[in-house]
Amino acid sequence: MEEKIAVVGAGSTKFRPDTSEQNWKELMFEGASKAYTDAGLNPRKDIDSFVTCAEDYWEGFSIYDEFVPDQLGAAMRPTCTVCGDGLHGLAIACMQIMSGMVDVVAVEAHSKISDLNTYNDVVLFAFDPIYNRPLAGHPYYVAGMEMNAFLNGSGNTEEQCAGVVSKNMTNALKNPLAAYGKRVGVGDVMGSEPMFSPAKKLDIAELVDGSVVLVLARAEKAKDIADNPIWITGFGWNSGTPWLEGRTWGRASYAEEAAKMAYKMAGIAEPRSEIGFAEVDDKFSYKELMHLEAVGLAGRGQAGNDLENGRFHADGDLPINASGGSLGCGNLIEASGLHRALEVVLQLRGQAEGRQLNDVERGLAQSWRGVPTASGAAAIFER
Amino acid sequence: MTKPENPRGVELSSKQMKEGDVIVNKWDPRVKYAWATGEAISRFLEEMKNGKLIARKCDSCDRILFPPRMFCEECFKPTTEWVYIKDTGKIETYSISYLDKDARRITDPIFVGVVSIDGASEKMGIMHYFDETTKEDIHIGMPVKAVWKPPEEREGAITDIKYFRPLKEGEE
Ligand SMILES: [Zn+2]
Repeated sequence: MEEKIAVVGAGSTKFRPDTSEQNWKELMFEGASKAYTDAGLNPRKDIDSFVTCAEDYWEGFSIYDEFVPDQLGAAMRPTCTVCGDGLHGLAIACMQIMSGMVDVVAVEAHSKISDLNTYNDVVLFAFDPIYNRPLAGHPYYVAGMEMNAFLNGSGNTEEQCAGVVSKNMTNALKNPLAAYGKRVGVGDVMGSEPMFSPAKKLDIAELVDGSVVLVLARAEKAKDIADNPIWITGFGWNSGTPWLEGRTWGRASYAEEAAKMAYKMAGIAEPRSEIGFAEVDDKFSYKELMHLEAVGLAGRGQAGNDLENGRFHADGDLPINASGGSLGCGNLIEASGLHRALEVVLQLRGQAEGRQLNDVERGLAQSWRGVPTASGAAAIFER
Repeated sequence: MTKPENPRGVELSSKQMKEGDVIVNKWDPRVKYAWATGEAISRFLEEMKNGKLIARKCDSCDRILFPPRMFCEECFKPTTEWVYIKDTGKIETYSISYLDKDARRITDPIFVGVVSIDGASEKMGIMHYFDETTKEDIHIGMPVKAVWKPPEEREGAITDIKYFRPLKEGEE
């Protein structure tokens, strides 16, 4: 990447299933205040542009963009909303800097999903109106279909998926932001209620609220602002087919392509030896294994074995979701990707407290927008 | 070659649409929300039930923010204090609407506009209806006062005020 860009500020609320004492503006204000304090910046003077990630149906407002500025310190300043995951927003923020128009950009993503009473219906509303939506039912069965195809095609097993849940929920015990830290064994997951077979209750991340904010700056500014800048050296994004009927079911093609784009920008040829740790999407347990294979951090059909051999545990060769991931922290909807970026940044800064990984130099954050999408993004961070 | 009789096609009636002459795809999305109102708005709505308007003060810029909010968007700092303000003000701007929300013409037009509230800072006010006035009398800058619903009918909503009416002489 020609233009060097760094994360100079990072902040987040805690992730909680219910935040009824705050409204969505107050939640975002809290996340933003933490990030600006961390950066030592006054958003009214020092930040040139603001990006937030939101989708009108999650929020319950038409043209939600209009309601964003006040709580981000962006009143009467350049502001835009990206209808995508937090890593899509991060990519837009980077490109604004690369364009030369701005030096310092704040990117925010949040979930106030507890305000939405009909989550399943809104997810169903994202289905193709002619071919898929009339079948109705709980839309998560699409994840069950994908899990089935992935396990069948790759040779990974349900027990290995359960191992992902056990690892991530246990990791979350060391993350003060996490909502679902718990000591859970493979047997607990396997014995949990069948939901969208082969997916069981504990294979599925529970929804949470939260707001995550990162402040990015171009190199010359970054060095003045932060004594521990974390460099963004590559990013990418991709969308697979919206046709459920036409998907390559066992593979996360969008993640393959998004990672390829990011690796190319970062000059990474051999991700397995060049990336030290990663936060990848695990809104469903099998997704972690599927995404690890897609982004080249595990061989095809090997992610499950690697997991069982301890490779992805916090003390393994390639720690994955040391934060606890979505399974341990909760599903943050569009903020999920930015949370993964936040964790990578904290790890690289050495600020991950009880879950700090040793000697990490470079990490990957990878996101997926959730059922029924085949869209996601990826970003590489370096110390 | 013969010229088509109506090269621009035939206009479809809503009847034809309803009767299925045109294939359409229908779906009623079930989207329901219960937004947590949070700290500032909850108090504001509670005070509406009491027939009072409450604001928040920003210590940094000394503005009285209304409707109240927990942070000042100019200073990007938390606000510091609750302040009661009056239920009188001046009309900032208004319109007389002759159509209802379904774009049907109504016989009694709706007077609607923004009132800057006395005691709050500039550009701080409330949007509401006006009544007890006429097309001829209503004007920008007109002093007005809230007309509240009786206490037992108030429910903690912006409509606990029925409308604003012209301020009478000598009234506060
Ligand atoms: Zn202020």
